[in-house]
Amino acid sequence: MSEFREKTSIVDARIPEGPLANKWVDHKNHVRLVSPGNKRRIDVIIVGTGLAGASAAASLAEMGYNVKAFCFQDSPRRAHSIAAQGGINAAKNYQNDGDSTYRLFYDTIKGGDYRSREANVYRLAEVSASIIDQCVAQGVPFARDYGGLLDNRSFGGVQVSRTFYARGQTGQQLLLGAYSAMSRMIAKGGIKMYNRHEMLDVVLVDGKARGIIARDLNTGVIERHSAHAVVLASGGYGNVFFLSTNAMGSNVTAAWKAHKKGALFANPCFTQIHPTCIPVSGDHQSKLTLMSESLRNDGRIWVPKKKDDPRKPVDIPEDERDYYLERRYPAFGNLVPRDVASRAAKERCDAGYGVGASKMAVYLDFSDAIKRMGEDVVAAKYGNLFQMYEKITDENPYKTPMRIYPAVHYTMGGLWVDYNLMSNVEGLFVLGEANFSDHGANRLGASALMQGLADGYFVLPYTIGDYLADDIRTGPIPTNSSEFDAAEKEVKDRLHKLMNNGGTKPVDYYHKKLGKIMWEQCGMSRNAEGLREAIVEINAIREDFWKNVRIPGSADQFNQELEKAGRVADFIELGALMCQDALDRNESCGGHFREEYQTPEGEALRDDDNYAYVAAWEYQGAGVPAILHKEELHYENIKMVQRSYK
Amino acid sequence: MNLKLKIWRQKGPKDNGKMVDYPISDISPDMSFLEMIDVLNDQLVEKGDEPVAFDHDCREGICGSCSMYINGEPHGPGRGITTCQLHMRSFNDGDTIHIEPWRAAPFPIIKDLVTDRSAFDRIIQAGGYISVNSGSPVDANAIPINKQNSDEAFDAATCIGCGACVAACKNASAMLFTSAKVSHLSLLPQGEVEAQKRVLAMVNQMDEEGFGNCTNTGACEVECPKGISLEHIARMNRQFLGAAISHSPEKGGGGGE
Repeated sequence: MSEFREKTSIVDARIPEGPLANKWVDHKNHVRLVSPGNKRRIDVIIVGTGLAGASAAASLAEMGYNVKAFCFQDSPRRAHSIAAQGGINAAKNYQNDGDSTYRLFYDTIKGGDYRSREANVYRLAEVSASIIDQCVAQGVPFARDYGGLLDNRSFGGVQVSRTFYARGQTGQQLLLGAYSAMSRMIAKGGIKMYNRHEMLDVVLVDGKARGIIARDLNTGVIERHSAHAVVLASGGYGNVFFLSTNAMGSNVTAAWKAHKKGALFANPCFTQIHPTCIPVSGDHQSKLTLMSESLRNDGRIWVPKKKDDPRKPVDIPEDERDYYLERRYPAFGNLVPRDVASRAAKERCDAGYGVGASKMAVYLDFSDAIKRMGEDVVAAKYGNLFQMYEKITDENPYKTPMRIYPAVHYTMGGLWVDYNLMSNVEGLFVLGEANFSDHGANRLGASALMQGLADGYFVLPYTIGDYLADDIRTGPIPTNSSEFDAAEKEVKDRLHKLMNNGGTKPVDYYHKKLGKIMWEQCGMSRNAEGLREAIVEINAIREDFWKNVRIPGSADQFNQELEKAGRVADFIELGALMCQDALDRNESCGGHFREEYQTPEGEALRDDDNYAYVAAWEYQGAGVPAILHKEELHYENIKMVQRSYK
Repeated sequence: MNLKLKIWRQKGPKDNGKMVDYPISDISPDMSFLEMIDVLNDQLVEKGDEPVAFDHDCREGICGSCSMYINGEPHGPGRGITTCQLHMRSFNDGDTIHIEPWRAAPFPIIKDLVTDRSAFDRIIQAGGYISVNSGSPVDANAIPINKQNSDEAFDAATCIGCGACVAACKNASAMLFTSAKVSHLSLLPQGEVEAQKRVLAMVNQMDEEGFGNCTNTGACEVECPKGISLEHIARMNRQFLGAAISHSPEKGGGGGE
């Protein structure tokens, strides 16, 4: 039993009937359509222009809807999907290694430690192949072999090569493809683009999402925008930890405002700590840099067998090195899933075998790969990553092993959505990392790009029509209603409060404080006592923040400190919910590792009898525990077993 | 490290702006340049002064947001990096560092070091795409592309749209940016269909935005953080000339919609 208030209602995901492999096709055949003439009368707001938002915006505009797209960056091309490195999965079986829709589905469910929804994941695997076709048609320059056909690489947690890539810049190339498609529709008038705009609230009319309040970041003007449906594709919330591999601007604000208006927030404690990032070098650090998982294809991870070994890594002989992943997980070796690899690195460092000045790092070594393939081949595969590493650390990874350590990278949790990707708030759809739906308790590498584009190109365009079919006679939604008045007033009051509280401390002071608590108590390992303490401390930070934060300048101008303040205020509230969720889940699964629940070998110990559910939380006010709603997970096609990568 | 910063401060688009001196101390050589500005900004906020506005996001050299003109060079000293990849170890204790925004008429200043680069978006909107709808594309391997063309297209496609090429150019020319997209798409069979129409539309938009012409100084290539080659400009010029002679919009020559 949960120690938190629980609603007896079980959340209904509205999964179509029928055999797993037919669900999506049948569903598409039976959802309602909106005729071309009627699409012209329907407006859709899309918040965020990463892979999910940009692909959705382009697709809906091509179909004939009037799209209004918003991003806080100065151009939709700069959304954080741009930074994804390694690749995108698709069940193409181009390598003839026995891959199939079922295998991609199975790997994703298993990788997610049996905490995701079968029907959604199967659909994701089913549409994955079309994504590659779509992107190639747009001119995305994926890596090719000398025969001119597409090349693949392998990623963690799987035994086939199904990852398509564009050197170490796959996210950039995919996003530029979606951005191009968007640009074409902007020119044609199908999309009205609002750059440097931040959504500060969602507006509900008669219980339906009918618009947003946005701030023009150039001028500070507060604007009202209406539509028949609102789509949030606003990304993940990893920056709650302050240090993460997310972009500085990545934030939870759009999702959190929706949560405060009634949208359930699902599995917030499921965060992904990526095993291969450049270690923290000091207190000044503003963000962490990922070194793509693809490096684990050819790099070998090790620490010295001797504690505090003072020798340079190249001087430590082979038999005095502990290749601990290969030792513990012989079947998958260096390619175990991310959660497993991260915990194993932490275990070695906590036990005193860490390397580098901070002793909080392990080696990722390419010397064997260079011997085997030659430096040229290694450079062709990973050159830009090696260069990035050298720029940051001033060390040459061709000559000496990289030092890496896990860092916050992705958030599997997010707003709860049903099979149609609609939240429990009618007309509010959520795509990509912002929703919770496909990755369970741990995401496999190269699956985030797949999910973002699946949602935007191939799922939402069909499912949103089923909802909008009711709106063909509604006509434009007015923005002068009392609901818009109230939402705008709320936004303005909050900005006024932030600007005029007479405090003295910069926003970063609070963000760093929050991040430290989250990393220590709600990071790679958690326990009940620590989580309880964290909730108390976070609530204290919230009170201090609203009394003592200082924002110079005014709200009626370009003001980056004010932007940051609004985002950090939301992160503080989210942090408390994450700890509550982690405390509720008395088991270990995927990225959620509760110290009280582990096997004798130190692996995550699930409790399927009591926790095979999605925890969807209902907001009750800042500092007040949220109410738990459960969506039970039913596995009809896959047997739940203890995950093993040995 | 102790440094003397001279930073361009400008309250808004209509303000005149000026260089302001900020001494800063205890800077670690391991900090990135932007982390050094973070330190300065927190100090300014604590004093109740407005922090220095600057664009930045990914801080790993790929989003193209950061855009500082440091000691007379876009993205500062060092080759093949963006401002966020510049580290303080590139400077010496006691140095004076001048920090300014991109300076080009088509990139008007919004505040301090922040400029409006939406002209680049409009150049892409003019034709920097392949006209294909989402839905039912052909199988990806139905279009084999020889590796050399594919790799060359990729090299062109790595442009991050930061605008350093424009900032480096004495004519504020956007030829490197525009040609990178023209090259990327026209080197691929999928993009060849619309090639003529595309190059005419994009060059036309580039001119309308007020970017200057190219006089082959090559400064853009030197300062480009992604090493985009001048060869793309040559290719675009060839294609533009060919298209200007043979493309007939009435007949729909060169494909398109």
